[in-house]
Amino acid sequence: MATVIGMPIDRIDGPAKVTGKAIYAADVGADKPVFGAIATATIAYGSIKSIDASEARRQPGVLLVWTHENAPAQAPWVPKAEDPFARPKPQLDSKKIQYYGQPVALVVATTFEAAREAAALIDVTYEKGEGVFDLENAGKDTKTPKQDNVGKPAASKVGDVDMAMRTGFVSVDETYKTPYQNHNQMEPHASTAIWDGDKLTVHCAVQLVESAHACIATTLKLPPEKVEIVAEFIGGGFGGKLPVYGDAILAGLAARELKRPVRVVLTRQQMAHVTTHRGASVQRVRLAAQRDGTLTAIAHESLAQTARADDFVEPIVASTRSLYAAPNRFTQQRTAVLDLPIPGSMRAPGEAIGLLALEQAIDELAVKLDMDPIALRLKNEPKDDPEKHIPFSTRNLVACLQQGADRFGWNKRNPKPGANRQGQWLVGMGVAAAIRGNFLRKAEAKVTMTSAKTATVEMDMTDIGTGSYTIFAQIAAETLDIPVEAVTVKLGHSSYPDTPGSGGSFGASSCGAALLDACQKLKARLDKGEGPQGLTAMGKAAPGDDYKKYAQFAYGAHFAEVGVDADTGEVRLRRMLGVFDAGRILNAKTARSQLIGGMIWGVSSALYEEQPLDLRFGSFMSVDLANYHVPVHADIPSVEAATLKEFDRHANALGSKGVGELGICGAGAAVANAVYNACGARVREYPITVDKILPALS
Amino acid sequence: MPQKHLLTRRLLGTTAVATAMTGVAARAQIPQPKDVQTAIAPAPSFPGNLDMNLDVNGRQHRLSLDPRTTLLDALRDHLGLTGTKKGCDHGQCGACTVLINGVRMNSCLSLAASREGDKIVTIEGLADGEKLHPMQTSFVHADAFQCGFCTPGQICSAVGMANELKRGVPSAVTIDVAAAPTASVDEVRERMSGNICRCSAYPNIVAAILAATEGVTK
Repeated sequence: MATVIGMPIDRIDGPAKVTGKAIYAADVGADKPVFGAIATATIAYGSIKSIDASEARRQPGVLLVWTHENAPAQAPWVPKAEDPFARPKPQLDSKKIQYYGQPVALVVATTFEAAREAAALIDVTYEKGEGVFDLENAGKDTKTPKQDNVGKPAASKVGDVDMAMRTGFVSVDETYKTPYQNHNQMEPHASTAIWDGDKLTVHCAVQLVESAHACIATTLKLPPEKVEIVAEFIGGGFGGKLPVYGDAILAGLAARELKRPVRVVLTRQQMAHVTTHRGASVQRVRLAAQRDGTLTAIAHESLAQTARADDFVEPIVASTRSLYAAPNRFTQQRTAVLDLPIPGSMRAPGEAIGLLALEQAIDELAVKLDMDPIALRLKNEPKDDPEKHIPFSTRNLVACLQQGADRFGWNKRNPKPGANRQGQWLVGMGVAAAIRGNFLRKAEAKVTMTSAKTATVEMDMTDIGTGSYTIFAQIAAETLDIPVEAVTVKLGHSSYPDTPGSGGSFGASSCGAALLDACQKLKARLDKGEGPQGLTAMGKAAPGDDYKKYAQFAYGAHFAEVGVDADTGEVRLRRMLGVFDAGRILNAKTARSQLIGGMIWGVSSALYEEQPLDLRFGSFMSVDLANYHVPVHADIPSVEAATLKEFDRHANALGSKGVGELGICGAGAAVANAVYNACGARVREYPITVDKILPALS
Repeated sequence: MPQKHLLTRRLLGTTAVATAMTGVAARAQIPQPKDVQTAIAPAPSFPGNLDMNLDVNGRQHRLSLDPRTTLLDALRDHLGLTGTKKGCDHGQCGACTVLINGVRMNSCLSLAASREGDKIVTIEGLADGEKLHPMQTSFVHADAFQCGFCTPGQICSAVGMANELKRGVPSAVTIDVAAAPTASVDEVRERMSGNICRCSAYPNIVAAILAATEGVTK
């Protein structure tokens, strides 16, 4: 049997994507689609006093105008559910305003231009209340939750951190801040809804097809079998398309009312408020160590935003519990309940911003100890999980650090800040560790021999750019011993077998393991002489005891070199390397792309990304791509990612771990540490902009 | 009550219909079911609509559109050419980049009516039948995308950029503006910075463009 799994083959959906033939939610035309436009609230807290939609209704081409006064009845929202994304999401169901940008009206018209103009003509007057918007001054709205959003305890305590801080040879006690961020996927959230008889099909931009199916069917009070969700191509997710939003619900309702297909797309500006975002955080990190670098205490406390409209406790300190050994430990996550849009998962929720603080604090400790930051990390490598006291399934952080150091030329780094000047540029290097929890979810897969030599795979899994289509073709081809070209992969329809979808980096492993199981069963039957044509097998995967017996994480080490302009403080990334341990790699080409993408997100969180909040109005201020800064081509030089050869037999039958989020974890801290090494500026409030660097240069 | 729409609809012109796919086949042949079609809007006529002729991918289209219709929305909603994407509708992301007389342009910033007489090429018009344009092939091999949403714009922009290099147009990073610019790493990064890729495939996009534009200079 030829090895196909892991090979760096081109994406099988590549030709569709480079020719414009890949169909995304807003591309589905069906027959005569009409266009919905959403109008949104201009206050953050209060209620609607009156709505005058008469001018909107008079516009040529307008077919429908809905506000809370005339929108169809929907299932009520519920605060808690096992699958939060499957909860009903009623729209225009109340005069109550819970956040700035909340949808308050829908217009449907025969053209996009007419719909948008009419939506702008809707005149809303409000009864404005006093909202709470300031993370650090939320008073009684500051809460200490029991659990984070994935059900882990929000706090942990071992030994006595205060005592260790008093008696340690050196200590670090610093506060770090991370800003609000938006996913800003290239594809705005979009839905095209089509009714055929009593059946509704919604083409939508969503990561979790199964959850979207439940949410839309429940909200519209439809039997599940009368609803089909289709998401064959999704223009980026990053966590922001875990839920569905008003576009999907309102398109479905309006299509039913008008008896014709309706398309609703959020504007780029609406995305900032209507959809989820990453909450801002304030993090205090305390570290104490002996003279030789042995950590005696690690404490990591966070305060992050949650919303009055819905609760989300980002697990910012969770992985701190497993990264380094230390006898005295404390972690705690608090939230401030604010009258802002609802925060949610954004690429590596938890680690992405938790490590911006922790891994900069480790660097600060290394400086105080006059110790190499890699040596400091190696010194505190734990033998087993430091708080759960269970073995790691695999852990190769040391190898990532050492191999990365060799490849990057770490030994050329001068530990003294500002010591390496090249013309106008102060040049520095930084390092940081990556850790990301590894998860497996229940998944099913179906594989069918469509001829003696061809097979079709079906799952309701999505490919949000991760490479799902391609790795599933590889798994089926290798297991069935047929060419990759002989496999057709069908994803993103809710009528296909249930999967957890794309999120939390669990998609490839969960669905891949289910598909492997299906293909192995099918191959066994083929080998017995059954079939082949029409022969079908179902496969399953689910987390077993190994997820309780072993602490499961993926790891990595980031190395960044930056230049800081000696006069202006401008930071330019010069080169970057990541070395990762993510179990078995299912496609070396697509995995590398994902890791590089994650690393660049890390660079972005260190240097560029920030969604400033207007505390007067409770609204975000950088609501377009001109003002919300993400890297462009000119910002990104050579970025390289390498992976270790590994197979984690405790993770799943494929031996793989997720790679989609690993790349961002710690990447921004490596950049921050490089900025310090370059010029001596220790910036603890992200993003690291020139105004925060200049004081250190003068 | 909703305004009643009095005027009749006209289905205008001959339009190229790209067919959707369900399932991704590794083999070249893509299944083309009947239940999903790309957008062909009804092209409703309002008082004040403008009649216009658009030359897209070598075909003439006669349209009667609301004068506010952008070239991007004309392509997507009225000609069914949904390969061109709307990422921001404000000229900030580059996802809607098309070629106008060989020059790259954000189609969301151009009114359709102002493009009469121009030769418009979209992502659907780059390949020669089944044979992909070298830039398209290069993007696939270099894995120069992930979600694929910015990709049509990146590719059209890259093709337009190669034309600029051929014409000797300098950029902000061209050291000697009198000399013929070459497709260097720095030139490509500078010239492609109007096309955002949130998946951040930038290193691979640059590699793809360099491979496809090798030897492209004045």
